[in-house]
Order: sequence, then C-alpha cells, then structure tokens
Amino acid sequence: MTSSLRYKSRIPIKTVRADLEKQYVGFATLPNQVHRKSVKKGFDFTLMVAGESGMGKSTLVNSLFLTDLYKDRKLLNAEERINQTVEIIKHTVDIEEKGVKLKLTIVDTPGFGDAVNNNQCWKPITDYIDQQFEQYFRDESGLNRKNIQDNRVHCCLYFIPPFGHGLRPVDVEFMRALHEKVNVVPLIAKADCLTPNEIKKLKDRIREEIEKFGIKVYQFPECDSDEDEEFKQMDKELKECTPFAVIGSNTVVEARGQRVRGRLYPWGIVEVENQSHCDFVKLRNMLIRSHMHDLKDVTCDVHYENYRAQCIQEMTSKLAQDQRMESPIPILPMSTPDVETEKLIKMKDEELKRMQEMLNKMQQQMHEKDQ
Amino acid sequence: MSSSDVARQPVSDGARNLSLSGHVGFDSLPDQLVNKSTCQGFCFNILCIGETGIGKSTLMDTLFNTNFENFEASHFEPQVKLRAQTYDLQESNVRLRLTVVNTVGFGDQMNKQESYQPVVDYIDRQFESYLQEELKIKRSLHSYHDSRVHACLYFISPTGHSLKSLDLVTMKKLDSKVNIIPVIAKADTISKSELHKFKIKIMSELVSNGVQIYQFPLDDETVAKVNTAMNGLLPFAVVGSTEEVSVGNKMVKARQYPWGVVQVENENHCDFVKLREMLICVNMEDLREQTHTRHYELYRRCKLEEMGFKDTDPESKPVSLQETYEAKRQEFLVELQKREEEMRQMFVQRVKEKESELKDAERELQSRFEQLKRLHADEKAALEEKRRLLEDDQSSFGKRRAAAQLLQAQNLTANGKKDKDRKNSGFL
Repeated sequence: MTSSLRYKSRIPIKTVRADLEKQYVGFATLPNQVHRKSVKKGFDFTLMVAGESGMGKSTLVNSLFLTDLYKDRKLLNAEERINQTVEIIKHTVDIEEKGVKLKLTIVDTPGFGDAVNNNQCWKPITDYIDQQFEQYFRDESGLNRKNIQDNRVHCCLYFIPPFGHGLRPVDVEFMRALHEKVNVVPLIAKADCLTPNEIKKLKDRIREEIEKFGIKVYQFPECDSDEDEEFKQMDKELKECTPFAVIGSNTVVEARGQRVRGRLYPWGIVEVENQSHCDFVKLRNMLIRSHMHDLKDVTCDVHYENYRAQCIQEMTSKLAQDQRMESPIPILPMSTPDVETEKLIKMKDEELKRMQEMLNKMQQQMHEKDQ
Repeated sequence: MSSSDVARQPVSDGARNLSLSGHVGFDSLPDQLVNKSTCQGFCFNILCIGETGIGKSTLMDTLFNTNFENFEASHFEPQVKLRAQTYDLQESNVRLRLTVVNTVGFGDQMNKQESYQPVVDYIDRQFESYLQEELKIKRSLHSYHDSRVHACLYFISPTGHSLKSLDLVTMKKLDSKVNIIPVIAKADTISKSELHKFKIKIMSELVSNGVQIYQFPLDDETVAKVNTAMNGLLPFAVVGSTEEVSVGNKMVKARQYPWGVVQVENENHCDFVKLREMLICVNMEDLREQTHTRHYELYRRCKLEEMGFKDTDPESKPVSLQETYEAKRQEFLVELQKREEEMRQMFVQRVKEKESELKDAERELQSRFEQLKRLHADEKAALEEKRRLLEDDQSSFGKRRAAAQLLQAQNLTANGKKDKDRKNSGFL
C-alpha cells in the first residue's frame, strides 16, 4: 500500500551529543516514553456508519481498513423493509501495523431510513450511544477501575445520497439528534455519479444547509501557530473540502499499469485513491492518520462530559426531591447550589428584609408614642 | 369475372370469405387513417415519478431534445404534489401535444405512507374527466384533449441492492391504473456486473410481489422480435444529459468525468437509446391503446358499478343501459318524494309541538299573573285594615286630648276662682 502522503512524525528520535550533557536534563525523551507505552497498551477506536441502505457504507469501511468485515451479510428485500426498524450491529476486529495494535469496532445501523415511515428512526441509535456513555459512567465511578472498556462511539460517518440537491429532512433530523452526542462527519456517498462541477455545487449547498439548520458537525482543531507551512496548507485544504465526496471499492483493477482499488466502467476506471477522482484519501488521512486521537479526545472531553453533567444534575435533583433514594454512584454533595435553590434563597432573603423593616417601623412608632 | 373465382366457404359468423380478382383499392384505408391522424395531431402524456433530484427533468429534456425549463425543487416539501406542463412539438409534418407530469417532493417526507395518494388521485381525475365527457349528451370526443396518463416512468434510485420499500408500495398501487415503465436513474454509478445483478433483483422483486409492469407487445410480427429482446432488458438503465462534449470529432450528449466520458447515446454505456426507441419510436401508439382499452375501461367499469349500473339483471338477462338508467331515475324520484313527505310530516309535527309548548307557557304565565294579583289584593286589604286601625287610634287620641284640654281649662278657671277667693279673703 503506497501513498504519496504520510503523517509527519514529530517524535524526536535523535540522540544527544555527549558535550551537551551538562546542560541537558533529559525530559525531551518523554514523547519517546509515551510512544513506547502506548504501543504496548494498544489503541481502540469505535466508528459508527449511518445512512440509507445502498449508499456504499460497507464498501467504504472495507476500503478504509483494507479488510473484509462484511463477509456473511444478508440484505433484506424491499417488502421486508417496509416496516423495518433500525438495528445496531457491532463488528470488532484487531488489526496491527508496524507493531501498533488497533482494536477497531464498527457500529453498523442497518435499516436506517429504509422504512416507509421514518419518524424517529434514529431513536435506537441515540439510545445505543447513551447506553455506552452510561456504561462508561458506571465503570468510571466503580470501585475497581483497572480494566475499563471504552465502548463509546468516537465518530459517526453519515452518508448523504448524491442523487438529490442537498440535505433531505431525514438527514437534517438525524444529524441534529446526534450532533451533541457524537462527532458527526457527513460524507457524500457514491460520488462517482457527480461531475467535478456538480460536486462543488453540492458541497457548497450542503455546507450552507448545515449552517442554516444549526448542525454542529465535527470541526477540525485549529493549527498551532508553530506548525510548518506544509501542515498548515494541508489543514486548510482539508477544511475547505468538507463534506468529503467518497467512493469505495471492494475490487482491485488494473489501471495505468498498476493494480489499484477501483471501479471498472465501460468509459473509464475510477480509482479510489486518486485525489482528482474523489476525497477518499483525504478522509482516510483525516480519520486514521491525523485526527483519530483528536476524535477520541473530543468524545471524552466534550460529548461524554456533557452527558455526565446532565446525568448528575438529573440525579441530584431527584435526590433532593426524594431523600430516601440511594445514590447509585458516589457523588459529592453539591458545593454550588443549583438555580432553583438559589432563587428560593433570594426570595426568603427579601422577605426577611421586608419583615425586619416593618418591625423597625413599628418599634419607632411605639417609641414615639411612649414619648 | 368468372363465377369459378368466387370461392364458397362454410359460413362461420354469417360472413363469407371472398377472394378478389383485381385491385379494388381499399388497401389504402390505413393510409387514409394515417393522413387523418396526422392532420389531427397526436397527443401523449407521460408521468414521471421519482425522488427529488433523481434526474426526471433532465431525462425528459434529453429524450425530446428540447429544454422544458423545469426549475429545481426543494427537498422540504411537506407533501407530494404533481406539476403538469403541456408542450406542442413538431417533427417533420407530425405534430405532438406532449404533457409531462412530474412529482414534486416525492420521497422527501419522513412519513411516506401517503406519498402515493396524490399520484393515484391525479390519474383518477384524468380518467374521471374523460368519463364525464363520454357520458355527456352533447359530447365532442373528436376535439377532446385527452389528458389521461399514457405512460408512467418510475425512476429507481441506483443503490445497487434492490428496490426501496417506497418504490414497491407505490408501484403496487399504480400497476392497475397506468402503464408502468421502470427505469434505473443515474446509471453511471453502477458498473456492468452490478447492473446485471441489480436488474435481476428488481425484476424478481416485482414478480414476487405481483406488480404488473408494462410489457412491450408481442402480437405484431414486425416488432415482436425487438420487443421480446427489450422485455428482457427491463428496467432500462439510463443516463441523461443536455450538455455536449466533443468525442472524436463529433459533439455528443455526454457527461464528462475526470476518469472518462459517459456518452448518453452509446449503447455500451447505458440503455438510453433503447428507452427512446421503445417509448417513442415503436410503442407510443400501443401505450395509448393500452391506456384506453385496459386501464380506462377498468376504471369506467368500477365507477359505473359503484353507481349501481349492471350489464345483466339478476336473471342474467342482458339489460341495456337505458333501461337501467330509467329504473334508477324512477327509484331516485320515488325516494325523493318519500323524503319530501317525511320532511313535511316532520315539519308539521314540530309546529304542533311548538304550539303546545307555547300554549303551556301562556297558561303558566296566566296563572302566575292571577296569583300575583291575589297577593296584591291581600296586601292591599291588610294595609287598609291597618290604616283603619290607625285612624281609629288617632280619633280616640284626639278625643282624649280634647277631654284633657277641657279638664285643664276647667281646672284653670277653678283655680282662678280660688285665687280670687283667696285674694278676696285676704282683703277682708
């Protein structure tokens, strides 16, 4: 597997010259140590794919990770799909590359958008994501925290059909239901039915509609100012290219004397890894080579924390109402009162003040009378 | 002309077959018909059903080589609507009045259970207006603009797996009302092997669910062979484009990709040419005929049966429409009279009821009045009594006062006398 783009490795692996030993402390090797430890520990990543059936989700996942995850898949007929509900299916694989182990979990959502009535068809999906958060929350608050399994969904690839003029109501509703629970990355599926002009128009349209409907898709983090120019340029190109227009393929064809993953048509060959044909390479780089860890960080720091805060708030308000309930997880008594009790306290304070004033007045009157 | 040339054959339905010994000339009848039709002009109505953005307008533009000026529809229509536009086209000396009906917003709603209804209603409306025209007393079918849908192109989304659930539900509702011709839209996203599997899957799903799509006719020997071949290639995988790209040294309708050029009229690339041939060149007249003789007749039969007409009465003897109509009319008139009677009776009854009610009310009012009067009189009497007592008291009091005054006056004079006496006695 060759490619023209490699993630720039910024690990300093040079050795130190002996004459500098006097001024040298030695913590510059920390990144090395982190690298070693993480290689030993191994990584895990959970990716969710969602979209109507026939958008090429499985093909894309196979192309991304160069494996065949869907060997014995059974597809439903049209009549079976009329009243289909959404299922959640997990595939887990362990893959290894240059000593780095990755436990990859793909969460598939067959049946999404396939029924005739698609009201609330994303509910099983949001329930699943919440379940994983809850599971992690419990594990984290448990007594034995040695082997916590992180099953939280780190990224959700949403496949938008290229046959329309932009987003459809079901796309908008789905992304809005999920954008605060998981990193949503919208993709334009089956991009080999669009000419370059059409792709550009569609991308502009989708970006406009995403802003119009207030959908918070995953944003790439800003570059640090001390990055080199090449990286900044790459980052800029990446940002301008969203949503990525992708093509996937399960077959290898012969093109220009090389064997590449592609699709063979009577009028030409579409190469999946050709940057002028589609944005597959950009997606792969973003997802795997540069932003995988950032996706995990945003999941932990933003989405999970939001869920946790919400959960705790609900629990303590329930506790306040019903003192007999035992807290299922150890939580500290709240140091900051929540909004309602504050309001109550303010009201009581005011009442007290008023009564004090009245008392003073009455005392004065009595005093005057006495005189 | 010798008598031996006249063949005698057994009489089958009252008509004998005769062979001619010379050229009579009625073989020009088809030509006369053609001339007449050409003068009149032809009419064709196509309905295109498909999701927003699937390429319905582009395919129409490509098929008829013009620009029908359709604007892009939005994905956020709350309901499915139909938009019909009529155009007059001409090719050599043949005039065609083409009506293209497009669905707007099909497949965009969250709940698509009612999506097929506007389409079915539209088709029924066209049948209904034709039926009305046929049943008129003074009718002009000759110059009637036939708006019944002759062909329905159903655009299937190129997922590569199978039909969508919405497609199945919609086609099932439409297959007895219109000639359905399914097409695979945007076929330049499916490779040849995938296309083959996709077509087989679609046809098997249609067959297993009992959906009757339009089959090209096989009874006419001149076109039977080509039609049989085409029937096996359904549904057609089409690509539409109005832009031209230069290929070789010609400008052809095509789509330009970075990896190649998809030529619309290249049979190797897509089935557009086959669709055009089948739909327009070969079978347009058959589509119209099927619409009239099969779908319209079915609609008409259902409608008339609903209204209560039958072809045979309960004893299975043929009944003419006129008799049935007269019988229905009589029935209707009798019912009308009955209803009128009923209403009149009800009216009379209501009037009576109201009258008695009012009478009761009047009586009650009267009794109340009497009661009040009596009360008033009683009170008056009581008051009178009191007044009399008061006057008695007054008069007795007056008398007592007068008596008292008199006594006082007497006393005074008596006292005066006494005083005088005293005074007088004092002097003595």
